[in-house]
Amino acid sequence: MAISLDRLMNVHQKALAVRTDKLEVISGNLANANTPGYKARDLDFQKAMKAVQRDVSGSSKLVRTHENHMQGKSSLQAEIDFRVPTQPDTGDGNTVDAQTERNAFLNTGMRYEAGLMLINGKFKGMKKALSSGGA
Amino acid sequence: MSLFNIMDISGTGMAAETVRLNTTASNIANANSVSSSYEDTYRARHPVFGAAIDQANQDQSKGIGVNVLGVVESQRPLQIEYAPGNPMADENGYIYKPNVNIVEEMADMLSASKGYETNVQVADTTKRIFRRVLQLGQQQ
Repeated sequence: MAISLDRLMNVHQKALAVRTDKLEVISGNLANANTPGYKARDLDFQKAMKAVQRDVSGSSKLVRTHENHMQGKSSLQAEIDFRVPTQPDTGDGNTVDAQTERNAFLNTGMRYEAGLMLINGKFKGMKKALSSGGA
Repeated sequence: MSLFNIMDISGTGMAAETVRLNTTASNIANANSVSSSYEDTYRARHPVFGAAIDQANQDQSKGIGVNVLGVVESQRPLQIEYAPGNPMADENGYIYKPNVNIVEEMADMLSASKGYETNVQVADTTKRIFRRVLQLGQQQ
């Protein structure tokens, strides 16, 4: 079997991409914590991960073949849903709960770092293999 | 690289909260600026926030930033006070005080500074993660 860094990283790299998107959505919520009418959104990790794994060849990406074409949205947009508010409307139609979002951001950030550690471990193993176990 | 998008989004949040803090400071500073006519009196100013959906679509980013759509003056009636001794009094002896609600402004100030802080934390966490990414495969 040929050594393939791509195959080595496959899942982890995709997981990190999804986590980045999730962090982005949550940071958007936090930025809009005081915007009237803004509805908090979140990315369903499981669904997004499935969608990313399905999209192996990248054939489902939208391509602009003419300068007048509108920019297409990427495939992940469908996995973003609105949060169900836990508290009644305060009067401005905003459903962002800053505490929830902060925790979610921290949580996702830690999972991201965990993912990085896994990739680091893969690197370590690969390096060891390349140096035939010695130093 | 979408980690930079997070920085951008928290940046928009910080900018918006700064505008809010700015107007609050202006309102509190002018809470007692009396004048001698109804039209010339200072009125409480508040920013209007809006989600920057167009920008998000343009950048193809998943998160939505915030932008300040404008600053509006409060339409609440002014306080008219009879104070003939005041040098600013008009010919009938009335002075006009701004419609600034100090209590409201203080609460607004706290909310704005908390919002700013949250956005700073987001940027900070993102920075930490980004540094980790840069160090991938180094420390062994």
